[in-house]
Amino acid sequence: MATPVQMPALSPTMKEGKITKWLKKEGDKISSGEAIAEVETDKSNLEVEAYDDGYLLKIAVGEDQMAPVGAPIAFIGEKGEKVEAGAAAPAPKATSAEAPKATPAPAPMAPAAAPAPAPRAVAPVAAVPTPPRREEVEGRLRASPLAKKMAREQGLELAELQGTGPQGRIVKRDVEAAMAQPRAEAPAAPALRAVPAPAKKPAFIPVPFRAERQEPVAKPISSMRRVIAQRMAEVKPGVPHFYLAIEVEMDAAMKVREEAKALEAKVSVNDLVIKAAAVALRRSPKMNVSLQGDQVLQFSNVDVGIAVAIEDGLITPILKDADQKGLATISGEARDLAERARNRKLRPEEYTGGTLTVSNLGMYGIDQFIAVINPPHAGILAVGAVTDKVVVRDGQMVVRKMMSVTLSGDHRVIDGAVGAEYLRELKALLEHPMRLLF
Amino acid sequence: MPELMYREALNQALAEEMERDNRVFLMGEEVGRYNGAFKVSQGLLDRFGSARVVDAPISELGFTGLGVGAAMMGLRPVIEMMTWNFAILAMDQIVNNAAKLRHMSGGQLRCPIVFRGPGGAGGRLSSQHSQALEANYAHFPGLKVIAPATPADAKGMLKAAIRDENPVVMFEGERLYAIKGEVPEGEHVVPLGKADVKREGKDVSIITWSRMYYFCEEAAQQLEKEGISAEILDLRTLRPLDEEAILATVRKTNRVVIVEEGWPLAGVGASVVDLLQSKAFDHLDAPVHRVTGLDINMSYAANLEAAAQPDAPKIIAAVKKVLYREEG
Repeated sequence: MATPVQMPALSPTMKEGKITKWLKKEGDKISSGEAIAEVETDKSNLEVEAYDDGYLLKIAVGEDQMAPVGAPIAFIGEKGEKVEAGAAAPAPKATSAEAPKATPAPAPMAPAAAPAPAPRAVAPVAAVPTPPRREEVEGRLRASPLAKKMAREQGLELAELQGTGPQGRIVKRDVEAAMAQPRAEAPAAPALRAVPAPAKKPAFIPVPFRAERQEPVAKPISSMRRVIAQRMAEVKPGVPHFYLAIEVEMDAAMKVREEAKALEAKVSVNDLVIKAAAVALRRSPKMNVSLQGDQVLQFSNVDVGIAVAIEDGLITPILKDADQKGLATISGEARDLAERARNRKLRPEEYTGGTLTVSNLGMYGIDQFIAVINPPHAGILAVGAVTDKVVVRDGQMVVRKMMSVTLSGDHRVIDGAVGAEYLRELKALLEHPMRLLF
Repeated sequence: MPELMYREALNQALAEEMERDNRVFLMGEEVGRYNGAFKVSQGLLDRFGSARVVDAPISELGFTGLGVGAAMMGLRPVIEMMTWNFAILAMDQIVNNAAKLRHMSGGQLRCPIVFRGPGGAGGRLSSQHSQALEANYAHFPGLKVIAPATPADAKGMLKAAIRDENPVVMFEGERLYAIKGEVPEGEHVVPLGKADVKREGKDVSIITWSRMYYFCEEAAQQLEKEGISAEILDLRTLRPLDEEAILATVRKTNRVVIVEEGWPLAGVGASVVDLLQSKAFDHLDAPVHRVTGLDINMSYAANLEAAAQPDAPKIIAAVKKVLYREEG
């Protein structure tokens, strides 16, 4: 009897997953525990393991196709065994893993006010929208043989054409339409990669003038974007936010950074903010809470979420016990988490937990902003850029390196005064970084 | 050019060939004194006598076998089937003898013979008498199968068939016999194995043969009013298929509708589709659509009979489908 391999629930919020790659093909021998496919969940890319020995009889969900959690994505059985015709159709099954109430619930999808722009040397005006890739939509790119041949001869990318045939099939007229358009040399969209380069000067990318107006292109929503949209729509009406803003003088903190350089340790402003936010959290236990159902969970460990912008969304990996870690460790871990978040290689436990998020848009030159809380976190810090500002000290106007921090708090579990005390502590730590040592 | 009915064109071809070659003779049920069930042999008995226009008993297997034997011995028989429905009885002679003699005798025997008669639905003749059976014969190596649509092709192809050194199976049509068209006088021979573009077009190719051609023409005229330019390729010969002509038209239009009166499974159109997918894959912009007779036995009731056959609206719908212009 062929055994179905079901779409596993790879994260607590996962309702469906997309097969990004089959690592085995039909007819391959499979041992239990062996990875057979890669799945893109709403959070990251993970491997699906087989639980049975045998042969991969049938792949029921092709690459780039979606399947609900619990639906059969493949069948494993004896060599040459037939899979019943009916069995192959993935039937949605509700087997979502329900997290026990008392455990720290699923994590932070996304502080929405904070979604950073796509990490790229950003030229805002010229941002060319990535053309919709139909493969991602319907499992495979459909094109008539003739259209394929014509596109090949014309050097057109099929994936960039809009198909008007049945089920989006690209047909001759679509290739002809594309050929009729002036081939504006679209600036090759740089692959979204790694480190969000601090926006220095926007690179000059000429905007091609198109005489014809273009119809907006319907672009399918990605799994991640869908989850972000859902959660954010729930969070704003569901979590009563209050906001507290504070200006922090960063001259001393910047000096720490300089001194770290001398030790050949790379420490960013954000690493300092994470460390300070964590130590402040340790000292303000009333902030280190999370409302889950009708219970308030008081945490003793200090885990801080870091909002990381990734392609088509963002994710919040958790830096655990950040209060107890040195700056070099925090810096290294933060970099590693961000890198793996961008490559969608985070494991679920790496973005689950915590009580507070740090969202920093300073590198984009944002002075100040307000972020949306990322439940079950009780608060989120929106951190702006460090800029020279004229401030008054001892009755004198002086220039100081200033940074704004805005706390969004969940008013159901923390109050304004608790938040204010926390921010005062954070400010003190950053302005007198030596206090971080104690 | 004189305008003749399809039956008159056939009659002309028979008379001319019998005149030209005294080995040619006609045999079948009621071909003589009755002048043919559909009057194809009108006047031939009087003109050529009972030795060359032979009234056969109602025994298809018998007179077909006589014909095969005569062909083996050097004559050039034309065997008329009252309809192809009845020739099913004679199929053993056609398939097991006529088609195979040359091969099985190592070329010592030849079988220059024409089997001809009407195929397809006549009109309220019910299941047993309304069959388009050409696909059956097209299946067999050793046979040539032709199905001309117009009087001119009927004349020219029958003449070519009679002159052919191999057995030829010719499908005419009860509904074709009265159709009129211009027919060249005298020596008009249409080579077998050559399809004919009956209408030039650029948006879609409609491939058909025999009576279905007229529905295609009707559809093409209507489509033209909608700005769709349809090319009609009349295959005329179903075995051997004119691959070049088929590939040429699909290279031109990239979209194909095949219209055939017979049933869909293993129809001649299915073989055309196979040819297209294997040799014109890169030229197809849409899956090929076939408009065929419904996959059922023919009903006697006129409305059901009409519904079971291809017609212009069905062809138009198929054309729009391959052009991705389907409504709704």
